[in-house]
Amino acid sequence: MCGIIGVIDRTKARMDGSSIKKALSLMKERGSGEGAGYVAYGIYPDYPDCYAIHVFFDNLVEPKSKVDEVLQKWGRIVHQEEIPTYEQPCLKREHIPWRYFYRPYTEFIVGSNNPAEDIIKHLVMTVNSTIQGALIFSSGINLGVFKAAGWPEEVADFYRIEDYKGYIWLAHNRYPTNTPGWWGGAHPFNLLDWAVVHNGEITSYGTNRSYVESNGYKCTMSTDTEVVAYLFDLLGRRHGLPSEMIVEALAPQFWDEIDLLPEKEQKLKRTLRLTYGPALMNGPFAIVVATSKGIVGFTDRIKLRPLVVGENGSRLYISSEEAAIRVMDPEVKSIYMPRAGEPVVGRVVQ
Amino acid sequence: MTIDANGMHYTPLNKMIRQAVASGVREIVIDNVLGQRFIANGLRSNVRITINGVPGGDLGMFMSGPECIVRGDSEHAPGNTMDNGTIVIHGSAGDAVAHSMRGGRVFVRGDIGYRGGIHMKEYDQKRPVLAVGGTTHAFLGEYMAGGIIIVLGIGHEVAVKDRGIGSGIHGGEIILRGDIEDRLLGVGARKVIFTEDDLNRLSPLITEFCERIEVDPSQFLDTNYTRIIPASSRPFAGKYTWE
Amino acid sequence: MSLGSVPLKYKISIDRDQCMKCMRCVDNCSYGVYRIEDDKILIDSRRCTACHRCISMCPRDAISLKEKPVDYRSHPLWTAQAREDIINQARTGKIILAGMGNAMDYPIIFDRLVLDACQVTNPSIDPLREPMELRTYLGKKPAKLEFTKSDKGDIELKTELSPNLKLDTPLMIGHMSYGAISLNAQLSLAKAVAKTGTFMGTGEGGMHESLYPYQSNMIVQVASGRFGVDINYLERGAAIEIKIGQGAKPGIGGHLPGEKVCSDVSCTRMIPLGSDAISPAPHHDIYSIEDLAQLVRSLKEATEWKKPIFVKIAAVHNVAAIAAGIARSSADAVVIDGFRGGTGAAPKVFRDNVGIPIEAAIAAVDKKLNDQGIRNEVSVIASGGIRNSADLAKSIALGADAVYIGTASLIALGCRVCGNCYRGLCPWGIATQQPDLVNRIDTDVGSQHVANLIHAWTLELSELMGAAGINSIESLRGNRERLRGYMLDEGMLKVLNVDPVGA
Ligand code: SF4
Ligand code: SF4
Repeated sequence: MCGIIGVIDRTKARMDGSSIKKALSLMKERGSGEGAGYVAYGIYPDYPDCYAIHVFFDNLVEPKSKVDEVLQKWGRIVHQEEIPTYEQPCLKREHIPWRYFYRPYTEFIVGSNNPAEDIIKHLVMTVNSTIQGALIFSSGINLGVFKAAGWPEEVADFYRIEDYKGYIWLAHNRYPTNTPGWWGGAHPFNLLDWAVVHNGEITSYGTNRSYVESNGYKCTMSTDTEVVAYLFDLLGRRHGLPSEMIVEALAPQFWDEIDLLPEKEQKLKRTLRLTYGPALMNGPFAIVVATSKGIVGFTDRIKLRPLVVGENGSRLYISSEEAAIRVMDPEVKSIYMPRAGEPVVGRVVQ
Repeated sequence: MTIDANGMHYTPLNKMIRQAVASGVREIVIDNVLGQRFIANGLRSNVRITINGVPGGDLGMFMSGPECIVRGDSEHAPGNTMDNGTIVIHGSAGDAVAHSMRGGRVFVRGDIGYRGGIHMKEYDQKRPVLAVGGTTHAFLGEYMAGGIIIVLGIGHEVAVKDRGIGSGIHGGEIILRGDIEDRLLGVGARKVIFTEDDLNRLSPLITEFCERIEVDPSQFLDTNYTRIIPASSRPFAGKYTWE
Repeated sequence: MSLGSVPLKYKISIDRDQCMKCMRCVDNCSYGVYRIEDDKILIDSRRCTACHRCISMCPRDAISLKEKPVDYRSHPLWTAQAREDIINQARTGKIILAGMGNAMDYPIIFDRLVLDACQVTNPSIDPLREPMELRTYLGKKPAKLEFTKSDKGDIELKTELSPNLKLDTPLMIGHMSYGAISLNAQLSLAKAVAKTGTFMGTGEGGMHESLYPYQSNMIVQVASGRFGVDINYLERGAAIEIKIGQGAKPGIGGHLPGEKVCSDVSCTRMIPLGSDAISPAPHHDIYSIEDLAQLVRSLKEATEWKKPIFVKIAAVHNVAAIAAGIARSSADAVVIDGFRGGTGAAPKVFRDNVGIPIEAAIAAVDKKLNDQGIRNEVSVIASGGIRNSADLAKSIALGADAVYIGTASLIALGCRVCGNCYRGLCPWGIATQQPDLVNRIDTDVGSQHVANLIHAWTLELSELMGAAGINSIESLRGNRERLRGYMLDEGMLKVLNVDPVGA
């Protein structure tokens, strides 16, 4: 089932994690106590130009020295520390969460439009697929994922997320059917600037996976959610499509509806569908994706998962349940349900 | 009797409701409801429950007799497999409202989500009603096997503008305010004229609905409706062949 | 010394108590099994091909047919077939010709693949009540979208789509030429594809003028013999297919015997009446992959880049690399024809021993194109032994965009896969040019049967997709997650890139 919620303050006013913790806890019923997580943007203002690399280490001996080694090969570790955590009675500590603030050496590679990001992506793929006992689960600038196997409150308290202040928060409460209890399997899923929370199951996973893999991504997390992040990265960062158009590619209108549109729009949508056919996502899902510039939420094309939107001034909320929004913001002004496949976009205003 | 549901889990809440009903209480008010599921789940009796706030999913599921009045919105599937009684929602509601409803009435003043009235069915004296003041999303009355769905479209240009209306309908009727584009009809659904006879038959229901959601019924008592009925009670009989 | 005769293949008998002497069997059998003497129906079983025409026409169910009525000493290696082939060749000293597809008992991979369905974690979709999209576009696709900014600052789409064929269902009818099959058979197929929103191939025999009304649903073929090929023909087709090879006989050409080149066939093929129509093994303007790219471009140039060009190859060992090479040319689609593909006539040694199964070929081509990052830019059409909607669904899940059916569409017209097409006496009016036989096909009735078949498979495919929680064909394409292998060995699973059942 899973519960998701996201919020953005479009003026970049920062909120601490206490209210999203309450909202996610209200949707406890949607999870099973085997995975919850949060991501927040704007939490590391002291390192505004460093990639904040969060890693789960099984121990600080071998895996850590190997990660240190590859990081140092490709760039400079500006600062590193264990992510502060606080014992929770029912949460079994499976890994040691660690963070690096990191600057890649961009002059090392050629033929890239964005060498820094390509290096980070490469490091994530390499560490996660080759270094036993280390998993990079967060790799963007001035943002961080905090997740573990547990109930929403426990995970929030384990990391004391009220100590972090961000202008975008996404949270997820997991009811796993695959890889239960694995910390890496919890959401949000992040790569570079993209973070994803997802409720549902992607029946087109096999097709989407071959598509992103044929474009140089490696699916290492055994979860269909990572494929969403890679699709956004491929279509958004590498192909330069705006969020609305990415959503249109992932959850396009039906052909019979496209056929009725005016010629120019029809042509655009047809070209988009033909070009990105293997990116089309099938199955029941509601997804919220964030970048430092904003958030976008959408559901599958026939609305097999719930999604509710609320607005209050500069704040936009997207959630599985209306009650969760109301818990976060009792004063919320307009609440509505977007149509299937319709992108709900909240952008940062400068 | 008044219950403050602030921060309460649904199991103790339902327990309190059940105890109160058993002890003869016929009027319950629940304040500060926020996200509690299954309120009045499987409840019998003729109690009236006023819910202040936003109840969670499956409000009144399997309910048989009570009346629930929601002063607020409601999440998914209020009236799910409901047997008898009334739910009045003064706000909007989520997806699959009145799913598989067998009897009683669900009145929603605002809009509802996808698949409203999916697989509502009737049998003998039981004829469920789903009435919506606002609009609905796609697949309204999907698989519908009986009962009545009414959508007034208050505050909207057309009552329904999403696809798949009555897709797979094989019983019951869907009454929509105004005209509806043919392309929005689902497989097996047929559009017929809403006659004076239909009006006479349905005006008590329309009047009651309007009164319950506090709008003036007189503006809705004319024949400006579209009636959608099954093209056949066995729409898919021609689909198979024997080995 | 005489080798004597080999045993009967089939034994026909008539239940004389049931028979009403209506003589339908006598009239219908084009092979001369039945004749009347003194008011008695006599039977010459040796002439029987098991085409079942008589059986299907007998009003009393009086006719029985038994295959292999005479036993040989059983032997696992020296099968009856092996012995009889030797006797035949000892007698004639010739290459054995045979009809229809591969008749060897190879395992059928399709039957060892199972499909998936939803339970609990995601709802299955009811295709009759909710949208189910089977629409398939065949042709080149852009790798990514590109935009330009107009003077006013509006974003404008820059990417132009190349012409694509739009199919309402991912199922087409493959190339069977006029000559190989009758005009009425072709007409029935053409009317059926027009009715069902899909396409058929003309085969390499040109396009008869009575097919012109259906030309927008026809793919014209250019084969090594270039029969019937002129600019009008090219322009008529909705798409053009270059035939390099054929699954039933990879690596060799074709030969339509002069007896079959009647006046209509001769003018459609544009060759003299009664002359043999010989298709060389290779195209003599294609000796390399660059040459193929040249021909593709030449055809595009001739038709002003308005038509998709397909290239058909037989599934051979190196099919994946060859397909990738074709994908790099301007070709819009690669057709791969597996070793079970049908044919009017092929040397038996080829039909039964050369090429690889279509299931493995699709998976290998899909993988190669994915590895090179160009899978979506080119379409893959699979053919050769597709028997039902499950084979269709599995082909797509293995990576095909669409399939061609051949034999299945002929069975819908009456064909009983007797395998005697090369004799030109097909009693069903399909593989023959004899007017009395050809007229046995009423093209309205025939086309309805073929359309029914396409419709039924389309319905079943929608149901299979809906059950798997998929409402758009793009999401089934290459989706190995929805397939599992049952009793396939590890090597095969690896080639197919599917997990075993239970994994
Ligand atoms: S068709 Fe049947 S009934 Fe007619 S003559 Fe032949 S065997 Fe007898
Ligand atoms: S088409 Fe060929 S195999 Fe089919 S019945 Fe005719 S001769 Fe026999």
